Amino acid sequence: MGGNMSKLVEMAGIEKFFPGVHALKSVQFDLEPGEVHALMGENGAGKSTLMKVLSGIYQRDEGGLKVEGREVSPTSPREAQDLGIGIIHQELSLMNDLTVAQNIFIGREPRKSFGRLDEAALNAQTADIFASMNLNLDPKALVGSLTIAKQQMVEIAKALSFRSKVLIMDEPTAALNDAEIAELFVIIRRLKAEGVGIVYISHKMDELKQISDRVTVMRDGEYVGTVGAADTPISQIIAMMVGREVKEEPLDPPNLDDAEVSLQVTGLSRDNEIHEVSFAMQKGEILGFAGLMGAGRTEVARAIFGADPKDGGEIRVHGKVVTIKSPSDAVKAGIGYLSEDRKHFGLATGMNVRDNIALASMDMFTGAGGVLDDSEISSTAKSYISQLGIRTPSDVQEVRLLSGGNQQKVVIAKWLLRDCDILIFDEPTRGIDVGAKSEIYKLLEDLAEQGKTIIVISSELPEIMRLSHRIAVMCEGRLTGILPGGRNTTQEDIMHLATQRAAAMQVTGTLQ
Amino acid sequence: MTTATDVDKKKPLAGLSESGAYQKLLAFASLIVLLIGFSIASPNFMQTSNMIAILQATSVNGVLAVAATLIIITGGIDLSLGTLMTFCAVIAGVALTFLGMPLLLGVAAAIAAGALCGLCSGTFVAKMKIPPFIATLGMMLILKGLSLVISGTRPIYFNDTPGFDQISRGSLIGEIFPNLPIPNGVLILFLVAIAASYILGRTVLGRYAFALGSNEEAVRLSGVNTDMWKMRIYALAGAICGIAGILIASRLNSAQPALGLGYELEAIAAVVIGGTSLSGGRGTILGTLIGALIMAVLTNGLRVLSVAQEWQTVVTGAIIILAVYADMARRKKAG
Repeated sequence: MGGNMSKLVEMAGIEKFFPGVHALKSVQFDLEPGEVHALMGENGAGKSTLMKVLSGIYQRDEGGLKVEGREVSPTSPREAQDLGIGIIHQELSLMNDLTVAQNIFIGREPRKSFGRLDEAALNAQTADIFASMNLNLDPKALVGSLTIAKQQMVEIAKALSFRSKVLIMDEPTAALNDAEIAELFVIIRRLKAEGVGIVYISHKMDELKQISDRVTVMRDGEYVGTVGAADTPISQIIAMMVGREVKEEPLDPPNLDDAEVSLQVTGLSRDNEIHEVSFAMQKGEILGFAGLMGAGRTEVARAIFGADPKDGGEIRVHGKVVTIKSPSDAVKAGIGYLSEDRKHFGLATGMNVRDNIALASMDMFTGAGGVLDDSEISSTAKSYISQLGIRTPSDVQEVRLLSGGNQQKVVIAKWLLRDCDILIFDEPTRGIDVGAKSEIYKLLEDLAEQGKTIIVISSELPEIMRLSHRIAVMCEGRLTGILPGGRNTTQEDIMHLATQRAAAMQVTGTLQ
Repeated sequence: MTTATDVDKKKPLAGLSESGAYQKLLAFASLIVLLIGFSIASPNFMQTSNMIAILQATSVNGVLAVAATLIIITGGIDLSLGTLMTFCAVIAGVALTFLGMPLLLGVAAAIAAGALCGLCSGTFVAKMKIPPFIATLGMMLILKGLSLVISGTRPIYFNDTPGFDQISRGSLIGEIFPNLPIPNGVLILFLVAIAASYILGRTVLGRYAFALGSNEEAVRLSGVNTDMWKMRIYALAGAICGIAGILIASRLNSAQPALGLGYELEAIAAVVIGGTSLSGGRGTILGTLIGALIMAVLTNGLRVLSVAQEWQTVVTGAIIILAVYADMARRKKAG
């Protein structure tokens, strides 16, 4: 039993029930000091629930929870904090209009007499924490002015300021580019060296290989197994997660020699965000847009779609010049845009599935006096529900209750119904679990085969390589190259183009 | 795998009526409790004449509340409803008394003026992107001022227009069923409510109203001309305020230019008590009607019990806070 004594966290036989749901079924998990322990599983597997039990947000119904060998039952995040357990949520919970230091010490600000705040002590203590993390950040900077990556560092610093021994990170790299991820990993390795135990939740396989020591997989609220990260092939981990093997091979681009040019963009520019972007696509083609975060890929998509105004550039659809000043112009030209942020830009989440599917095509269902034909909306929606395999109890289910993958399919159905033949997918699988990902990939391929023209923007290189017939790479608002898809293009080729412009700018910068 | 059919059959207006169902039930139950309570407390309360007085008192506020519901469902707010109502009454006065227009034309002028003012508010909100609170606050003051300017700060009477007072005070129902002298104002309220319910539940305008309140940006990115639809909804609400203006002018047989301020808040209160979410995307006309009735019953019942008017106002305020709190508690439990 001596070995157990040294464990930071030990959870065994954890049971958690919600009304009508058995969320955790005898789950076990443990964490050693100085270890990165990855927790994996599809969405809904129970990872977050388990971590909420550990961090005091939920209370377990049964089972044992030991922190440093002592049986504990935290009943609030505050109690968990006092036990040395810190959690960094996927959606950062910082106040943008306060400074870095004010954020870190919110609720326990150093005081002077008469309750006056001691800003100097606040900033000094924050600077100390940053120094211990070897982090170069100004305590007085406004959080809202920082990049997402820097904000994450602030969250980590905040957790450490509570002297956390256990740090739970929920998809910390979801919004980070590769350089920022590298930066994060440096911090994680440093924490490891200081004996902090880290629970790392992520969907990204290659990261787990890089950063974690052990991997625990959950499925449907059950513990599947724990394996060493270094000696377990990724395919085996995925198989544990989904209960089946998933292949992620780059596809061989089809031959589109004589296909019609369906979309031609020339000299697209906007403010300082996009500079003279030009490309052409053929019917049935999937063009991937790769680049680091902030390279201007989403901005290109939004400018083509008319969601943001553009300063210059010409767009031809099927050879004809089209004027696009608003999304409704774009939709009339047959262009549909699927945003990376479905909840904010893709779905009316409070409404039901069928109204969301019909949202862009209400005129098709409108009779005299603006009266809607709901039975027609219903039957149309149902045909898309079955065609795309949208898993929903009915067409009048509210979309917010569907899983990410199914929500994405609802958005796809919306554009298919509108008969858009140019579709722009911005991060089509963000927040979607592994099993549903391959379904979305298959769907995109089917759509291309049916003659749709498809742009895919993705920050995940394996996804770009898996899907794209050609790969457009952007850097700092410029298109730096278009590479062929398939096996002959490597991640290094893409990264080279994605960082090229920065190098060029630096050279010109020193010349001036 | 799917069980689409059984959910589907449940109701034709699914999604609209369901969302506020609990709150509506709660509001409805409170209404019943109030009615029973006041009847026990005072034998004068449950008399036909008093019931009709309550309904009559609901009519103007009810129509305004219907207008407010449309706007609030889009996630907006309209503070100009009260003074817009007065402005429309003044326009009716100008058309009928000053210009001697025929009755129907005067009524049409008032409603058109309402729609036009609503369109202005809608333009400020949709095209100029002024927050609804500010845009309609400005509109509220503009209309209050214009009403006073146009009328020369004096009431305009409709003595030269026979039949005008009958729009609200007459009783078509009473002519058919002499025992049930329900005033036309109440009839008009119900007709307006039914029409608004139909528009919300069955037409594109209504569907987009809910969609705008649910997620405006997603609707815009679906290629929908959100600005235009929003302007239409504000214009429709304005037209309904025109109807309210006719009702109040008819009831008083005069357009009172100094009246109107404060009506918008009572209307918004009725909407909120009726379970419509101030953040938009959810709400029903039926709930709003019940909300308006609750307010009228409270005022009337307290008056019957000889509670001072000052206290009636305090009670109404408390009821609003209670109603919203109950709704939030219910949603937290469900969610």
